[in-house]
Amino acid sequence: MILEVDKLQIDYQAKDGVTRAVDGASFVVPEGRIVGLVGESGCGKTTAVRAIMGVLAENGRRAGGRIVFKGQEVDAATTKRLLWRDIAYVPQSAMSSLDPVYTVGAQIVEVLTKRGNANRRDARKRAAELFDLVGLNERRLADYPHQFSGGMRQRAAIAMALALSPSLLLADEPVTALDVIVQRQILDMLRDLQERLHLSMVLVTHDISVVAYLCDEVVVMYAGQVIESGPVREVLARPRHPYTMGLRNAFPDLMTDAMELVPIGGSPPDLRDAPPGCRFAPRCPFVLETCTTGADGHSLANGHMSACRRDGEADLLRKEALDPVTWQRSSSFAAS
Amino acid sequence: MAGVAETATPTVLQRIASMPLRDPFAFVGLSIYVIFALIALLADVLAPMPPLEILFTSTGKLAANLPPSLDYPFGTTNLGRDIYAQLIHGTRSALAVGLSAAIVVSSVGTVVGLVAGYFGGRIDSLLMRIADMALSLPFLPFVIVLTGFLGASTSNIVLAVALLLWPNSARVIRSQVLTVRERTYVEAARVTGASSWRILFVHVAPNILPLSFVYAAIAIGWAIITEASVSFLGFGDSESVSWGYMLQDAFSSQALSRGQYAWFVPPGICIILIVVAGFFISRGYEEVFMPRLRGR
Amino acid sequence: MAALVELRGVVKHFPVARSLGEIVRGKRPAVRALDGVSFDVGSGDAVAIVGESGCGKTTLGRLMLKLAEPTGGSIAFDGVALGGLSGDGLRDFRRQAQLVFQNPFDALNPRFTIYRAVAEPLVNARIDKAEHKDRIEKAFRRVHLADFDRYFDKYPHQLSGGQLQRVVLARALVLAPRFLVADEPVSMLDVSVRAGILTLMREIREAMGLTAVYISHDLALVRYLCDRTLVMYLGRIVEDGPTEAIVRRPRHPYTRALVAAVPVPDADQSRIALPIKGNIPDSSEPPSGCHFRDRCPLAFARCAEEAPALREAAGGHRVACHLELA
Repeated sequence: MILEVDKLQIDYQAKDGVTRAVDGASFVVPEGRIVGLVGESGCGKTTAVRAIMGVLAENGRRAGGRIVFKGQEVDAATTKRLLWRDIAYVPQSAMSSLDPVYTVGAQIVEVLTKRGNANRRDARKRAAELFDLVGLNERRLADYPHQFSGGMRQRAAIAMALALSPSLLLADEPVTALDVIVQRQILDMLRDLQERLHLSMVLVTHDISVVAYLCDEVVVMYAGQVIESGPVREVLARPRHPYTMGLRNAFPDLMTDAMELVPIGGSPPDLRDAPPGCRFAPRCPFVLETCTTGADGHSLANGHMSACRRDGEADLLRKEALDPVTWQRSSSFAAS
Repeated sequence: MAGVAETATPTVLQRIASMPLRDPFAFVGLSIYVIFALIALLADVLAPMPPLEILFTSTGKLAANLPPSLDYPFGTTNLGRDIYAQLIHGTRSALAVGLSAAIVVSSVGTVVGLVAGYFGGRIDSLLMRIADMALSLPFLPFVIVLTGFLGASTSNIVLAVALLLWPNSARVIRSQVLTVRERTYVEAARVTGASSWRILFVHVAPNILPLSFVYAAIAIGWAIITEASVSFLGFGDSESVSWGYMLQDAFSSQALSRGQYAWFVPPGICIILIVVAGFFISRGYEEVFMPRLRGR
Repeated sequence: MAALVELRGVVKHFPVARSLGEIVRGKRPAVRALDGVSFDVGSGDAVAIVGESGCGKTTLGRLMLKLAEPTGGSIAFDGVALGGLSGDGLRDFRRQAQLVFQNPFDALNPRFTIYRAVAEPLVNARIDKAEHKDRIEKAFRRVHLADFDRYFDKYPHQLSGGQLQRVVLARALVLAPRFLVADEPVSMLDVSVRAGILTLMREIREAMGLTAVYISHDLALVRYLCDRTLVMYLGRIVEDGPTEAIVRRPRHPYTRALVAAVPVPDADQSRIALPIKGNIPDSSEPPSGCHFRDRCPLAFARCAEEAPALREAAGGHRVACHLELA
């Protein structure tokens, strides 16, 4: 395991109280694997990744849990030393990681000389290599970020993240703002880089299709908690948590013949006032009285974890979840 | 104050009204204004003596250059006028100049900024070139020349200040309109068939109104300084007593060399107080307005 | 069925800032957002316009609603040219044609209550105030916000994305329009509420007999909503046909790449290489002839010389390609 996150808790201090954005999330990143961290906006996936990098927003703090990188427990101070050299980050908007007033080349050289202590000549050579690695012409090192298209900027941001040969790459929605064709090109490139450089990767996304295309493992988050995780193939083919089942049916799929969409009623809970028990319970068609009290379920089989309290009946529930009528049962169906 | 921010959505007016509670500087500024406004309203009660009345002592001599006393808290001028009465009545003219200039500046600036920003094109170019011209005029000489031509009345000073200050607010409001104009809900209003004027005044204007207030508060300070400067230089309205007039009077009668501090220090402090109060308030509104519009 | 919206040779150029050299040489560079677009939308049809950012699809939607004027060509609604509309004619058009926006968080005036926002079209259409409440309640029922009293006095920031998009939809429907344009209606919404909005849009269209144009980059979504799809590339239509046929048997090389690039939520999918190279060129300087030729794996000499016209192909398609594509 290159990275282990154990019962991580992150609080945000706001004017009107504390929001626990991540509440006891645990997952692991095996060496040389791509892990997809998937969930809706506000589920805590970006916060979790920022905590791994030790760069939480000013009002955020780690309230509990452990982060272990290559066998060493790290806190905010120690992770800062790992940044770039061991852990690198690719943000959603490459524009935000690239400074508009310097050429892209100058910025990569800056990382190499300031963080990596390379001399300028080696740094320039390395920058050209990096551009070649991500499929950009090295002549474009002399261009400014605004002269790049969205896809090229994302490639440049990836090149910069790889500058000091990190072993773990954290990518936050790296393809979300891109068109499908460019998105596909970037995903193919990430897979290629992972294999050639033997990288480990965490890919944060809201798009299950992107996870299906690129990732080996998936971690599904909902309302600050991990509700299901395991090998992608296994989780997508046989989801065991009703939320994951719901997501699978909730969006049109280009190639299947099933044309009925099944919406999940309601919307994710406000974390300042999270429901007791299972946080998906108010939207779940399979909710029982026991779901709204007590501790989470946690069942693990063949590396496939589910936090559903009715995990024993997962196969049955999955069958029922395919029927649209099932989802109209949940109490929040009327107003989504 | 989280309750205010989270539960009820305050209207523009509520936000403007609640701002001083959130910003201590704005609260101080507003308090200064309220005190001066009360003084101006109650001037005749606080200082029953007309400010230009020439006073005589009980022995029949001219009561000139008297030191501060219970009867004359700041003493008298070299012509035997009560400085305290002048200071109190000067508040009136200061507020009259400041508030009327603020109203003219912010209303002209807002309308010009709205029209130029929303309609764009030739109207925009024309209005903005006029604004550039107004901005390129040297401030004090223009005021002096204009009051020289039209007569040195308070209303002409207000006119001069308004002619010089509207472009500042018009330009900032225009740029804000350019931003608001691109918001989706403005396009939505067009799709639902709203006329341009309706979009401008119902959908766009309320979102830039706080900015008009910022410029109104700034204009108050500028107008009062301008009036004081013009009066100090002797181009003011000789019929009305203002703080600038008092400074000029004190200066030309050599009150400074005589060490008659009670004559020229109080009007100076009043000018500073009211101008600073204006800037405190505008700063407060800026903070309400600038950190993104409320909502998502 | 008769066409409700007809576009003929629609061209839209946006001027771009000129460099000093260009001013001296008298050049007027422009982004050619639309470069001769013609098609009809039949009454009651649901048509999708698909393409990547910069292909001109959003501009096209704005032109169809007279939110911008074309540089060339003509657009007619119900037989009347949009170009000449003003006053009562324009007001009448606004009553019949409505738009659903991509970003529901910005589509409602933050200072208006929900009730006032949905009443706005009625006010503008000069409908008797006595009728407002009835019509608004009806529109709220249509978008499944049946407990409308809960929403009327709220402000936009108090609602979730899904609720906001329902309100936006209610506002679009309150005048009972005939024509609806939806520009990426779910792309800003949480994944779990998207399906609710999509099923709702389909239901409403069928129930009200609306003619609809959906603008999206997402073929999967389009496949759910529309019978017919137009694929655009750099300001031109490259393929036009039944959605199912376009997804299953795309003919134009660009459409093939687009279909192949869509990720599907299936980990066992085959990972075929994309039949396309490079990036979209700058739309102020598209390639000569066929705009797609410099990225096309099948391009040949003629593609650089002559822009291919949209012509009939098998299966009810129209394809703009010089090759006879099976």
